[in-house]
Amino acid sequence: MEKETCTFSYCEKPEVVEVETDLLVIGGGMSACGAVYEAARWATPQGIRITMIDKAATDRSGAVAMGLSAINTYMGENDPADYVRYVRGDLMGIIREDLVYDLGRHVDDSVHLFEEWGLPIWKKGDDGFSLDGFQAKDAGKAMLKDGGTPVRSGRWQIMINGESYKVIVAEAAKKALEINRQATGMEENHFERVFIVKLFKDANVENRVAAAAGFSVRENKIYLFKAKAICLGAGGAVNVFKPRSSEEGKGRAWYPVWNAGSGYALGMQVGAELTMMENRFVPARFKDGYGPVGAWFLFFKAKATNSLGEDYCANEEALAEAKAKYGTYVDKMGTAIRNHLMMRDMKLGKGPIIMRTHEAMQAINKEFVEKLGEKEAKKKIKHLEAEAWEDFLDMCIGQAGLWACENVEPDKTPSEIMPTEPYLLGSHAGCAGFWVSGPDDLGAPAEWNWGYNRMSTVNGLFMMGDICGASGHKFSSGSHAEGRIAAKNATAFILDNKDFVPTLKQNVDEIASDLYLPYEVFEKYKNATTDPAMNPNYIKPKMLQARLQKIADEYFGGCSTWYMTSKAMLEEGLRKLQVLKEDAAKMAAADLHELMRCWENYHRILSVEAHARHILFREESRYPGYYYRGDHDLIDDENWKCFVNSRYDVDTGEWEVKKVPYVQLVD
Amino acid sequence: MPSYVITEKCDGCKGQERTCMYICPNDLMKLDRDRMKAWNQEPDQCWECYNCVKICPQQAIEIRGYQDFNPLGGNVIPLRGTDAIMWTVKFRNGTLKRFKFPIRTTAEGSVDPYAGKPEADLSKIKEPGHFTQQGAGVTLPTIK
Repeated sequence: MEKETCTFSYCEKPEVVEVETDLLVIGGGMSACGAVYEAARWATPQGIRITMIDKAATDRSGAVAMGLSAINTYMGENDPADYVRYVRGDLMGIIREDLVYDLGRHVDDSVHLFEEWGLPIWKKGDDGFSLDGFQAKDAGKAMLKDGGTPVRSGRWQIMINGESYKVIVAEAAKKALEINRQATGMEENHFERVFIVKLFKDANVENRVAAAAGFSVRENKIYLFKAKAICLGAGGAVNVFKPRSSEEGKGRAWYPVWNAGSGYALGMQVGAELTMMENRFVPARFKDGYGPVGAWFLFFKAKATNSLGEDYCANEEALAEAKAKYGTYVDKMGTAIRNHLMMRDMKLGKGPIIMRTHEAMQAINKEFVEKLGEKEAKKKIKHLEAEAWEDFLDMCIGQAGLWACENVEPDKTPSEIMPTEPYLLGSHAGCAGFWVSGPDDLGAPAEWNWGYNRMSTVNGLFMMGDICGASGHKFSSGSHAEGRIAAKNATAFILDNKDFVPTLKQNVDEIASDLYLPYEVFEKYKNATTDPAMNPNYIKPKMLQARLQKIADEYFGGCSTWYMTSKAMLEEGLRKLQVLKEDAAKMAAADLHELMRCWENYHRILSVEAHARHILFREESRYPGYYYRGDHDLIDDENWKCFVNSRYDVDTGEWEVKKVPYVQLVD
Repeated sequence: MPSYVITEKCDGCKGQERTCMYICPNDLMKLDRDRMKAWNQEPDQCWECYNCVKICPQQAIEIRGYQDFNPLGGNVIPLRGTDAIMWTVKFRNGTLKRFKFPIRTTAEGSVDPYAGKPEADLSKIKEPGHFTQQGAGVTLPTIK
């Protein structure tokens, strides 16, 4: 097929805005907000300019846009070494323990800041019951930093009233940016509604990042940001596999639907080394609404069973069968293994799987009445019911809506749970991301440190949050803390390389043509048919995404094959993906919103390709319950207790995939 | 649950900022400038985050459950104030539940990010620890 080019013969040429800065932060979520907060303190007195670019509005961008009902990573009285043990267990034995430990020793400081800034955190009352953020304040309970006792829903989790979590964190970040802007004399250093789609290496200095390009989704403007260092926090990949929902419900992704794999794709474009991209997360959540189950399991002590009332995690036959294939990992009963056991029952026709919320609430009711008497118990139960609803209303409002539509009152009716479609991410219970330099004081192998903590294998490019790999379970607080670590080190990198002047090989016109290609394609062909939606000359981003999801679902282990794949399936899927990649150059956008969708889907394709190539390389089933290699349905520690790393060459389309030894640092 | 805009209530925010269009994390809300009415241009990409609903000064935006799995008749309506949020949950069978939760303990806009915080000590930039931890004299643990 003929290659399309953009010469602005059909679409209007956008204005090109060039911005020179020093530290560029891409993304606006928790890690990006952490990055600008920490960087502004180190960089401002040195005259280093910081610029943040957000695809959305920072008050409500990223994975915490809706809010959260808990902070999942708070050490408190815990030893970070135990945190490493927990994360290692849940992620089937292979993590970068230096990164995870480092996160553990930094994270609480961010949580303390959130509370100072105004985030309401539950505290334990004198009677042992929980107080919400207001009640705790009224009761004069100490803040966490002064030794206040949080309400733990699990060993690492604390409960919050988090509707405005992101708004509060964004406020501090925006003020930090403004302090830096005023001190350094920049005209503007916080760009909202600008979508970065490409990174560029420097023309003169080898293997060094130099710039980022993107466009406004509000006006015909292209932006080119030149920087001495870049902190990348552009999120994981959602809606890359065909979702279980069909029509409107496709938006009800478990992870934020706007995380389009941009974080992965941007780093891949400059050849940054990836790690553990075979990892994915398939959360078991309330069916369809994808509401959180953590509080129900951990806080309310609800049990999940099959439809016969049996605990599928205690079935001896299933456990023996699992142990024969997956060994002692089964004993740790991590998230993947629990999924595996749940799906076994579903495949045997023992579903639906039920979260027995009603029995949990009845047990609590009984306990309260015995402890407190009828009257006082009634009051506490009412508070508890509100807490259960708040869990949804803070972070997954649609689940509350679904319960309302289905007349589900959790104290009376149990609810179905279900494994979702797969997601690629590295900050929640997954670890797909980039290989980065770690801290130098934790006894890690020398080759795991190349001078700057959280710097990727591309000089000047730092990774944070969802895309910093092999170090999952950071969650919101850990992502903020990791952004701070990355940005501080990026500042050190800038100070060590003061004379660097970022220079590009490409000229801005070439970049503008590239970014606006889908616009040109649409304008060129739109009148060839009576309906621009039906046109043989191009593909609309929605259809491209549908094809991507179908390929991923059917060949790379999506829901339709019960997460099963194999060498033959992967190879066939990759062949189809190659053709899709060619077609991506014929995507068509009718407006700026669609132009954003085109580039998002291009980012999704690269993310999925990395995922499939890693699964193909790793000849075992490291994450049963998340995916299976039917041709290697076992965990093979002898050959595969190692990282899988890869590098994509954007010019040739070629991949290098390799094993990297795993080293245990914590006993 | 995609958002929808009630024709009678939406006044297009008279073209001002801080609107549904400004806040939607997925760039879904659009203003039809001829009618001065907002609309959701891509309901199947709506995450039901309710940020458009919460920010609307006219209370013109509500959410109707995704119809591929939600029965009709239930709804969830927030009223977000400066320090707390009120929720009304209406069930299909008419049951009503109301909840009020704190959202922040400080005044909006009052965050002073570095008040009472130490300066960053440049000589320690390559040592572990945020500037706040270093400034407070915290020694970070290492793996034993």
